[in-house]
Amino acid sequence: MTAAKAILRRVAPQLLTLAAVLGLIALVHPGFFDVSIANGRLYGSAIDILNRGAPVALLAIGMTLVIATRGIDLSVGAVMAISGAVAAAAITSGIGLVPTLALALVTGIACGLWNGLLVAVLGIQPIVATLILMVAGRGIAQLITEGAILTFNHKGLIFFGSGAFLGIPMPVLIWLAAGLLVTLVVRRSALGMLIEAIGVNLRASTLAGINARVLLIAVYMTSGLCAALAGVIAAADIKGADANNAGLWLELDAILAVVVGGTSLLGGRFSIIASLIGAMIIQAVNTGILLSGFPPEFNLIIKAAIILVILVLQSPTVRTTLAFFRRDKASAEAKAETVIQ
Amino acid sequence: MPENRPLLHATAVTKTFPGTVALDGVDFTLHSGEVHALLGENGAGKSTLIKCLTGAYRRDGGEILLDGRPIDPRDTLEAQTLGIGTVYQEVNLLPNLSVAENLCLGHQPTRFGMISSRAMSRSARQTLAQYGLEIDVTRNLDTYSVAVQQVVAIARAVSLSGKVLILDEPTASLDALEVRMLFDVVRALKERGLGIVFISHFLDQVFEISDRITVLRNGKLVGTQAIAEIDRTRLVNLMLGRELEQETRESGRTDRPEGEAMIRFRDFGRGGRIAPFDLDIHAGEVVGVAGLLGSGRTETAETLFGVTPHDSGAASDAGKPLHLGSPRDAIAGGFGFCPEDRKSDGIIGDLSVRENIVLALQARRGWTKPVPAREQAAMADEFIRRLDIRTPDAEKPVGLLSGGNQQKVMLARWLATNPRFLILDEPTRGIDVGAHAEIIRLIEELCARGMALLVISSELDELVAYSHRVIVVRDRHHVAELVGAEITTNNMVAAIAADREAAL
Repeated sequence: MTAAKAILRRVAPQLLTLAAVLGLIALVHPGFFDVSIANGRLYGSAIDILNRGAPVALLAIGMTLVIATRGIDLSVGAVMAISGAVAAAAITSGIGLVPTLALALVTGIACGLWNGLLVAVLGIQPIVATLILMVAGRGIAQLITEGAILTFNHKGLIFFGSGAFLGIPMPVLIWLAAGLLVTLVVRRSALGMLIEAIGVNLRASTLAGINARVLLIAVYMTSGLCAALAGVIAAADIKGADANNAGLWLELDAILAVVVGGTSLLGGRFSIIASLIGAMIIQAVNTGILLSGFPPEFNLIIKAAIILVILVLQSPTVRTTLAFFRRDKASAEAKAETVIQ
Repeated sequence: MPENRPLLHATAVTKTFPGTVALDGVDFTLHSGEVHALLGENGAGKSTLIKCLTGAYRRDGGEILLDGRPIDPRDTLEAQTLGIGTVYQEVNLLPNLSVAENLCLGHQPTRFGMISSRAMSRSARQTLAQYGLEIDVTRNLDTYSVAVQQVVAIARAVSLSGKVLILDEPTASLDALEVRMLFDVVRALKERGLGIVFISHFLDQVFEISDRITVLRNGKLVGTQAIAEIDRTRLVNLMLGRELEQETRESGRTDRPEGEAMIRFRDFGRGGRIAPFDLDIHAGEVVGVAGLLGSGRTETAETLFGVTPHDSGAASDAGKPLHLGSPRDAIAGGFGFCPEDRKSDGIIGDLSVRENIVLALQARRGWTKPVPAREQAAMADEFIRRLDIRTPDAEKPVGLLSGGNQQKVMLARWLATNPRFLILDEPTRGIDVGAHAEIIRLIEELCARGMALLVISSELDELVAYSHRVIVVRDRHHVAELVGAEITTNNMVAAIAADREAAL
């Protein structure tokens, strides 16, 4: 009970923000919350947010862990492109669905391993280390697709992009399941605490006997795996691998989702749930701008303005100011009580 | 000798931080044409005093007179314009700019509103010529040695300030020849009438260059004396504060456990950090380590614990070889280590008291076997009670506790792993008197229960109180071992000062 309450208190700002954004959209677009069922699948703008937000949500899961270690993973967008390309190439070569998926996911893990080795073993700053793959990754993806958009028609693979199970789109199920699984693994084991410890103070954690090197590599590998999942979904969605555009700039959305989710870029305390809500906030903003009928030229500026407001509200300065007012009120109430007594 | 009115006169300077009094009514007087050494162990208050003088900290009390006028610098820039310049150990100039740019930064000569690089180079050359330095001033600063950079930093500080020059460990990374060159510069500045504050851990250099010395200890002024009136032994005594607490035990404990050693280190060392040494650790024994700062005390501890793994010799545990290649190896061997710098090496500030206590145990168990939440809470509560950790509850971030309580949390972290050999590096530094006594009592209690401890301390009285054996470290060598009745502050001071005395 208390644990649930603690989580709720942690994600309350993100939930309120999401509610506010959704409320705003509903104001300008009255039919927003309408949900209909067609072909055994739920349709509607709200469902669309959950569905379209899948890649960023998946990336945000891995990114949260990386950022908790005081790192950052800029390569996730490129890793999406690589695994999408690998999946498309594998399925068109006719090796079947399961080997294809395995190959794509292993590719993502290998990319994470590369990043992890650069960061944990060679001690390169994460932003530089992952920048290498961010740049090179698209080149690798282009080599795999041989420069063209590699299309495929395999029903099984396409199912991961546009299929549905029990009426819920597959991408939504995948990010929900991944988020739940990673949260459980991290919080039910000691991983969460150990990751937070190395994020706060790497040297002290090493002196306390934490195997920081292995842990860091594992975290980057998780991020690579999440990116590979996102890449497969993105490719399945358009029935093809587009090495140039798959996952383009999504690393930035993922970082933003984590930041909006309240995990500090300085490492330490993290919340995957909050990051997932952050990802949904970003997608809601994207969808909302489209629905509201603003000219598309304004999209990026409006998005930036909304994000700015969210971040200002979460900034330490504003928070301490708010806390100050709250404490003032609380102490005033306490005083009033003593007077009454 | 110096004229009557002092150049810089600070009286009763006081600075408190949450939980500690860093400076407690310290007086400091600097005359012009004087080199005044400021001495004391880490945490004695040297750097706090310097920071109060240069405006990096706002003092809480006391008065500072410069040339007879009261000053209250709000930041280092203001102190600089008033006439107080500082040069730090790590040169804080811009290595990627040219020497001339570094000298003139912020007040470059301009011509029609543009920086005139020719005028700048000319004035830089002239400035450096006064210091006997003729170098290409257009080359980047980082192409020159640390010594040259140091002189450039001094030249900049003097040209900007010109009354008081503070040198904070300027010689720490210089070789003998470079020190000579630096000292020539310092003597020349002294001739020009500057007041120079010199901070160094090298007593030889202090005796060579200084006119007077001031010793601080635990934030208090121990004394100021002319260099001619003091010898090394007396100075070491003052720095380590032996005379302040005479009521303690006269010599070390003689109830040393008999029998085979538990862990043996043979020819154990690490190149560049600590020369190979032999050490036997017995269960139920406290081994003290005495020595001045930078003598190899912490290096000994870090090599034993695998932080900087040994590159010579070997360790054995009851005859079987013991691999100590990393802290994880050491922990697996039943070691624990509370480092000297709690903030950077010890506590995980943002995590709770509970998590900090459980951490080492959890790391040893591995991530797949989390300590159950209920057990964690019980463990935290038990240690909070047993060690009297003052915290509202176990979920408070440990970074918000006072130094003494953080130290207790560190001890709790290792006690939770039930170690057989615990290494404590300066466990009582920077903590209040009450916690100090409690930690000493705890050391004795753990030892009585059969744990082996290696305790590094600058407080010689403290070492006398609990040690069965004391290793004296000097210049990165283990130079003496005192056992039982031999352990007296006099003997320790003599061993620490020995070679230097001979060199004199």
